[in-house]
Amino acid sequence: MYIIGKSVYRKEAVDKVTGEAIYTNDIQSPGMLHARMLLSPYAHARIISINTEKAWKIPGVRAILAGERFPLTGEEIRDRPPIAVDKVRYFGETVALVVADNPVQAKRASELIEVVYEPLPVVNSPTEAMQANAPLVHENIESYEKVERVNPEPNTNIANRTKIRKGNIQKGWSESDVTVEGTVSFSPSDHAAMETRCSIAEIRQDGYVVITTSSQAPFMVKKLINLYFGIDTGKVIVNTPLVGGGYGGKAAVQLEILAFLASRAVGGKKVKLFNTREEDLVTSPCHIGLDAKIKLGCTRNGYLKAAEILYLFDGGAYSDKAVDVSRAGAVDCTGPYHIENVWCDSLCIYTNHPYASPFRGFSHSELLFAFERTMDMLAQKLGLDPLELRRKNAILPGHTTPTQVRLNTSNLGNLPACIDRLKEIMKWEEGQRSIQPDGLIRAKGICCIWKTSTIDTDSSSGVILTFNPDGSVNLISGVVEIGTGTKTILAQILSERLKMPIELIHVRMKVNTQTTPEHWKTVASRGTYMAGRAVLEAAEDAVEQIKKVAACVLHGAVSDLEVAGGRVFLKDEPSTGIELKDVVYGYTYPNGNTIGGQVIGRGTYTLRRMTYLDPQTGEGRPGPEWTVGAQGVEVEFNKRDFTYKIIRAVSVIDIGKVINEKAAQGQVMGAMAMGLCFGGRESFVFDEQGRVLNAQFRTYRPLRYGENPEYVVSFVETPQIDAPYGARGVGEHGLIGMPAALGNALSIAAEVNLNQLPLIPELIWRAKKGNQHALI
Amino acid sequence: MKTSSSPFREVSLHVNGEIKPVLIKPSDTLLYILRVKLGLTGSKPGCLNGDCGACTVNVDGMAMKSCLMFAIEAPGKRIITIEGLKGTPIQHAFIKEFAFQCGYCTSGFIMNCYSLVENYPDANDELITEMLESNICRCTGYQEIENAVKSVLSSNKNLEK
Repeated sequence: MYIIGKSVYRKEAVDKVTGEAIYTNDIQSPGMLHARMLLSPYAHARIISINTEKAWKIPGVRAILAGERFPLTGEEIRDRPPIAVDKVRYFGETVALVVADNPVQAKRASELIEVVYEPLPVVNSPTEAMQANAPLVHENIESYEKVERVNPEPNTNIANRTKIRKGNIQKGWSESDVTVEGTVSFSPSDHAAMETRCSIAEIRQDGYVVITTSSQAPFMVKKLINLYFGIDTGKVIVNTPLVGGGYGGKAAVQLEILAFLASRAVGGKKVKLFNTREEDLVTSPCHIGLDAKIKLGCTRNGYLKAAEILYLFDGGAYSDKAVDVSRAGAVDCTGPYHIENVWCDSLCIYTNHPYASPFRGFSHSELLFAFERTMDMLAQKLGLDPLELRRKNAILPGHTTPTQVRLNTSNLGNLPACIDRLKEIMKWEEGQRSIQPDGLIRAKGICCIWKTSTIDTDSSSGVILTFNPDGSVNLISGVVEIGTGTKTILAQILSERLKMPIELIHVRMKVNTQTTPEHWKTVASRGTYMAGRAVLEAAEDAVEQIKKVAACVLHGAVSDLEVAGGRVFLKDEPSTGIELKDVVYGYTYPNGNTIGGQVIGRGTYTLRRMTYLDPQTGEGRPGPEWTVGAQGVEVEFNKRDFTYKIIRAVSVIDIGKVINEKAAQGQVMGAMAMGLCFGGRESFVFDEQGRVLNAQFRTYRPLRYGENPEYVVSFVETPQIDAPYGARGVGEHGLIGMPAALGNALSIAAEVNLNQLPLIPELIWRAKKGNQHALI
Repeated sequence: MKTSSSPFREVSLHVNGEIKPVLIKPSDTLLYILRVKLGLTGSKPGCLNGDCGACTVNVDGMAMKSCLMFAIEAPGKRIITIEGLKGTPIQHAFIKEFAFQCGYCTSGFIMNCYSLVENYPDANDELITEMLESNICRCTGYQEIENAVKSVLSSNKNLEK
């Protein structure tokens, strides 16, 4: 390989270490107005009245938007007023938007808006939402516009239900000698990207809407502004500079709509809306919560026969992307195991919590915590080694997924190889639990992972390559650089194909939906695969054009030629050829005659043969491949005060093919860190009224330097045949097993089943001793 | 320096080796002045609360969260922002060790590390942690940042020998 596998530095590296990297909120211009929000102090309340009189007296106020009925928004069900009307449905919901000359004036004015509320009973968990007498978060869900294949159930809090009916569950139970039932639950939490969301909107006199936004989905912003406000998609231009972390949180479209409304209210002037940290945590969409019940059945020897699963996803107050997340939860509802009989209902539930957007792993870290905790409970009941139980049931080519996709050696990675490698790295033979001389308990927990994508069946990715007079290439792709390094990976793929030094490939970082070809959304670990395929097609296109001109100049056939090393030459006689710089802008003969012109390569890739899911059985093909892996966590637990330290976290992932070693390691380590944060410490703390009590970094505490364990990452390489150089998606996979592995390790350490998150010492104490204390 | 009735005062700030006259209000944070008045947007707002460290700069040789300092306190002090670092070893080390992904926390982390390596060339693990735990990185697992800062510390030590 020419450059595949090498740890090439990021193309935007220098910008990022010099402060020259530009993010949305770094953009400012004279005369730009600023918007600030007034937020709901209640999780569920009727809005009785809104008085803006005092707010208008603040100098510099240009517009106040409150109580007005704007088009309803939402990606699958249009249930969300951009600014609350009639009632508020979550703590932190936008109740008013003030536009002023500067943010301080806007904030001051927003504080002077007087809103009278009548508090309503609160739905504080999905389980509560399912109770017969539960208050309704939405009274008339049947009246909402929605896309096909989504079915809100009237007079309930159920936004949608996805069913998996594979095999015959009764047969599964009759073949089972041993059964186990696990119940897990955890509250919503957040992505907490370091860059809080920001959008700038302007409506120009000629009718063009120009939005600059920190988004993973600029092309979706364009489509939604068209859908909600009837502006031609061609007249919506969305710019996205570098994005300061997304993790799914910036795949939802929210501030863009508010910035658009704000600009419209001031005659189209440019308005910026920038989230404070508190707003970014609760007002903007968060990470979904879950209540789950899993029942597993297996033979005496530990072969799984039946899985019955109920997932109640906490979509929060509005369904937006949560419906899709809950659907993905059905698609891979089991862990990566061969189970012939699967029954699953995966529901998206309305509650009075902040609403959910995708979160790195898109339902998989959540469902794997539920499933893999239950697998450990099963192993314990069987008296079987938990890794052995997983290896016995590992999904293999020839097996089918819950949606009945037949797997093969290309669309599925090698799980047994991952398990075996994990066993080695974790020194499994030394035992799972030991007591140290100082009394601390060392314990190891493991879990297996898998994930496919469930993105739209017509999702596509495009790439344009333009050549410069010096023979170098500009690579233009709609992938947003959110930190994953995908655009550098694309440059490596192009460099490999053209056998051209990576320094001669110039990557455009910024996305502009008018001049950049579409990449559906920068989500689902599909950037390398889809945009990579588009790069290869664009390269092919460019090479053909180069060869055509060169064939004339060199007096040969196109098929005689090869492009490599900055030249085009005769395959059988490499010394006869010309420099690329002399062809890529057309070739000029000594007398001035010119043939050809600037070479512009174009490529596009659409996922092939994707289908919708059958509404009764869930049968269907939602994604192109399943990345698999095995993960482990080693903890040191103090049984006196229930504190613990994470010593080591291990990931073995079948990545297909490593394209950039250090970048891939970094993706996996970072994802593991985020998974340990989710599993070990991060959660919104709600009071009885559904208010979030910890919406800042002092009380919502991500891992800090020095609190991190040692990370060990190892890759297995089973190529996905139709992917660029065989590379599988890997952006999310380091995360998705961490909460389960941590839960399994601590359950073994504390000798009690820990089925809730986050796994803080208090939770362990409650599980161990709670029943002895009357106050709990 | 003081004008009657106007909340603004004209002061001179010493930033990145240059003297910058700037109009400020007593309530303006240093971060706000750097970003909005001086166009130095490398320092980032992450929480405006002192919790995340994305706005870290160097004031008179020490790391300082610029969201926690009023600009009115800055005259007479030497301020270095990320834009003032030109090809320092810590910047190279961050690139070499892949110590950033999205880049948003990077300016603050580098400024913190820069102060660390300048002031404490012999820093041990405990001191490194004490300094760096004030910043949050959401993308990496910190292992890469640790490698970067230690590579600079150890190469400095080698130079001294």
